[in-house]
Amino acid sequence: MDERRLDGNAIGGDLMELFGTEMTVAWAVCRSCGAHEQLAEMRVYRDAPGIVGRCVHCEAVLLRIVHAPGRSYVEFSGVASLEMRVS
Amino acid sequence: MAEVAATVPETPRTRTLVLDVRGWSGHRAGQHLDVRLTSDDGYQAQRSYSIASAPGQPLAITVERLEDGEVSPYLVDVVHDGDAFEVRGPIGGYFVWEPGDERPVLLVGGGSGVVPLMAMARAHNAAGADTRMRLLYSSRTLDDVIYREELGHLDGNGLDIVYTLTRGQPPGWTGYARRIDDDMLREVAWPAGDGPIVFVCGSTHFVDAAADGLVRLGYDPRWVKTERFGATG
Amino acid sequence: MPVISRGFHGRRQDGPPDRVPPGQYVTEDFPVLSAGPTPHVHLDSWTFEIQRGGDLLHAWTWEEFQGLPREDVTRDIHCVTKWSKLDTTWEGVSVDTLLDAARLLDEDSAYVLAYSYGGYDTNLPRDDVTGGKAWVVDTFDGEPLDPEHGGPARLLVPHLYFWKSAKWVRGLIMRDEDDPGFWESNGYHLRGDPWLEQRYWGD
Repeated sequence: MDERRLDGNAIGGDLMELFGTEMTVAWAVCRSCGAHEQLAEMRVYRDAPGIVGRCVHCEAVLLRIVHAPGRSYVEFSGVASLEMRVS
Repeated sequence: MAEVAATVPETPRTRTLVLDVRGWSGHRAGQHLDVRLTSDDGYQAQRSYSIASAPGQPLAITVERLEDGEVSPYLVDVVHDGDAFEVRGPIGGYFVWEPGDERPVLLVGGGSGVVPLMAMARAHNAAGADTRMRLLYSSRTLDDVIYREELGHLDGNGLDIVYTLTRGQPPGWTGYARRIDDDMLREVAWPAGDGPIVFVCGSTHFVDAAADGLVRLGYDPRWVKTERFGATG
Repeated sequence: MPVISRGFHGRRQDGPPDRVPPGQYVTEDFPVLSAGPTPHVHLDSWTFEIQRGGDLLHAWTWEEFQGLPREDVTRDIHCVTKWSKLDTTWEGVSVDTLLDAARLLDEDSAYVLAYSYGGYDTNLPRDDVTGGKAWVVDTFDGEPLDPEHGGPARLLVPHLYFWKSAKWVRGLIMRDEDDPGFWESNGYHLRGDPWLEQRYWGD
């Protein structure tokens, strides 16, 4: 059992700081398997040099976030499309 | 920035901190906030904590002490009224319940996973909502039950509570005395035909067991909202 | 200016400055870091490979790997998340021995990419994994290496930040270019020398 696996809720604060809006309700399409899920549901590993979000269906890496002093590195190459609600 | 307005011991391992946050925008039941502590030499540590209070009530978080932790022992044992630290939030839009939602609600909490569910139960009570709400709460022992007295008042007033005590039971205990399993879920959960909404919160292992069990009962995975707690405190 | 939290110190412990690089703290624990699920690799299907340009140059089964000359290694390790652990003891096969056994000592690639079961990879200059500086280890503290710490076998490159010591290592790809690995492609330093505090891009 992998108790280090969290979910996208755990990085809602990091995503909000980067995007300026609540992101865990955004829908992401996995580039690897095509699954369509909300970011809150992805598998998150953050006991690591950075944050890694993985597809809940195929485990492919959806995103990586690295916080460095005064800057963050954000990589979403595993996300084919991101649907964000606007009001 | 948050200032500690009051502290409330809940169990030997948990404490509620009532926070006064300048410019707090209000929150929704189920959301969390991030706490960032800074030492006098600039070292920082950050953790997420669920909000325990209902919207409109004084903002409160409940923290469980993880023995090897860095932040939780400080918040449970050291901090006192008037101390300050940074907070960021409210955070989250997925694991959120609104009193206007008419679906029957099932709350499934393991240990301190009950905290965001308590915000929902309190919001339900404060709104006088007549939606059916049921809480299945897994705790190690009766002494580890957080909000025990308040839950006693809420039980029966629009909220049904079912406890399971996994490590030790008081004499005469007639409730469940084991980890959550499919039989227990079948007995406690609303029939799938009622189209319920479910919030499950706890450790990764707990959440996986409960969510998978509900899907085996015929629940649509989309009805089951999950939030997992880390082991880093 | 951040608010100072009265009475908060964290669980940090300073160590001897000649052994603990700048910005690091000493830990007695062995924190587990993971960027994904822990792969569980059966020893009868385990291999360690050396590749170049898509060609498999050499491969060892677990049994063959166990037959190679082994070394005991005691070193301090330094994780980029700021903990250092002193005097860790390992046992395994040096990369020099592996390259020698594969008759690749004269192979002239300037870089290697270490890759792992589970999909992780990390790039290293060849000079950082040869000359008695790196090992493929299968034993920690006298016991078989636990899967959560990278067992059956991990790379050990103790003079660089520990993300270079790839867990669940599966092989090396010899390369002419220093193409970035998993963390190096998103913010982490290409080389990662803890004494130079090479944590991030631009450090």
